[in-house]
Amino acid sequence: MIDAADAFDVWWGWPPPVLDPAGPYAHSVTVLAWALFALGVIVTAIVALAVFVAVAGPPRWKARLGGEKAILILGVGFPAVVLTGLLVWGLTLTASLTDPITGREPRIRVTAHMWWWDVEYLDAAGRVVRRDANELHLPVGRPVVLELGSADVIHSFWVPNLSGKEDMIPGRTNLLKVQADRPGRFGGICAEYCGGPHALMGYVTVAHLPADYDRWLAGGNVSSGPANPQHVPGAMPASARRTPAGQGTADPKAAPQDGEALFVAHGCAACHRVAGTQANGLAGPDLTHVGSRLTLGAGILPNNRGTLQGWITDAQALKPGNRMPAYGNIPAADIAAIALWLEAQE
Amino acid sequence: MLAIAMAMAAALTTACKPPPPSRHDPDAAAVARGRELVRQTGCGACHAFPDIAWPQGRAGPSLVTFDEHGPIAGVLPNTPANLAAFVRDAPVAKPGSPMPAMPLSPREASDVAAYLHGLADD
Ligand code: HEC
Ligand code: HEC
Ligand SMILES: [Cu+2]
Repeated sequence: MIDAADAFDVWWGWPPPVLDPAGPYAHSVTVLAWALFALGVIVTAIVALAVFVAVAGPPRWKARLGGEKAILILGVGFPAVVLTGLLVWGLTLTASLTDPITGREPRIRVTAHMWWWDVEYLDAAGRVVRRDANELHLPVGRPVVLELGSADVIHSFWVPNLSGKEDMIPGRTNLLKVQADRPGRFGGICAEYCGGPHALMGYVTVAHLPADYDRWLAGGNVSSGPANPQHVPGAMPASARRTPAGQGTADPKAAPQDGEALFVAHGCAACHRVAGTQANGLAGPDLTHVGSRLTLGAGILPNNRGTLQGWITDAQALKPGNRMPAYGNIPAADIAAIALWLEAQE
Repeated sequence: MLAIAMAMAAALTTACKPPPPSRHDPDAAAVARGRELVRQTGCGACHAFPDIAWPQGRAGPSLVTFDEHGPIAGVLPNTPANLAAFVRDAPVAKPGSPMPAMPLSPREASDVAAYLHGLADD
């Protein structure tokens, strides 16, 4: 069975990188967290000292501690000032995480589904420029506004290096600003229990230098940035991430053209969209760019020909309860042909 | 001078050339690297391994009892070299094999073979 330790191991290991902010919106939260921790330590120390004085202190100190002045200062004044300060700090910080600064930031609409993520990159007029899934690409050094929604139940968006958690609620759009100040890959995960394989609902955020980002958005190919020490799925061994074209394609049945026909013939098109083909389903992730993604199955497996075939053959063994059926009945050669074709969809 | 140094270096490297890897005594460091490579490349998408809790895919045979399987995929003698060639590019090592080529360099593939043979020895 999959326990939480395995699932977390898939993303970051334990604990999640909450104390390693990679951008201002995570940084401000980290500073607040440390401030709370420090205040907690100070207050605990004061209380311990007061208890010590009350029990074992000299009589003169005891009398002072029990006096009206001490109670007004320590018991009323101090908490009122500190708590009010923290309240104002916390509320302004929370507001700063969500409201757009200029309204001109790039916008990305992320819609959660049980148990994957639909991702749409919007232009200034709100039209969809690029549709993808289970992966979020950002330009480094500028805030991006995420329009978070859900297609079914409540989920929660969380990339610990970039921001706090934000609920994704059906019928509502919650805005969240994120910004990455260094290129790299950051793991994300659904942070609100949403049933079934919730623990296997992740994604990878890839922060690009601005020029790379523009190229990527326009459909170009860019390297996915330096893999940071953080382990995210898709961090592949040193050799080629992808099986070199030509390797292992001796089988003439495995020609990519067949893949498209087989994809439709076996009913995959009913649930998946691949732009430019007759595949137009919406029940599963858009596969138009599946070949360029780092991961499969919503952030849980590295993406290569092998994992692609393994996923198509028996997605239920890998992610029990997810909404894609297992296809043990399709001949292995057909699955290989479909995988070869999908791998070319970048 | 340079020639002598080069000759010495050459002599040293031949002297230190490791013995050909044996399937019964895999190098522990190679086994550890191989295990990590198996995890990272996602072999678990199709196979179950005894020391990898998840994923345990079912598109390929379980490798929990790999030591009892005999020849690799039923045909290739179970040597380190054959196993490395098979896990890297199965359709070439065994024409018609349904296992796809995997993104491993030849050196990584021999680490993976060491890991698999390490399993077999338990
Ligand atoms: C009943 C609808 C349905 C059918 C039919 C279906 N899929 Fe899926 N597929 C899904 C869903 C839902 C997911 C997302 C699963 C998850 O991660 O929770 C998915 C995920 C995938 C993924 C992984 C995408 C990613 O980026 O993570 C691939 C690849 C895929 N399907 C290929 C296929 C192929 C090939 C077929 C036909 C043999 C097929 N699917 C048939 C619903 C379907
Ligand atoms: C698409 C699914 C798939 C993936 C991914 C995959 N394999 Fe396989 N593997 C198979 C199948 C199917 C066979 C049976 C091959 C045959 O009979 O020709 C097999 C056979 C094997 C065998 C021979 C088993 C035996 O009993 O003789 C080994 C060893 C093996 N795989 C190791 C690996 C390793 C290591 C990886 C990762 C680098 C890997 N496989 C990735 C599907 C896969
Ligand atoms: Cu969830």
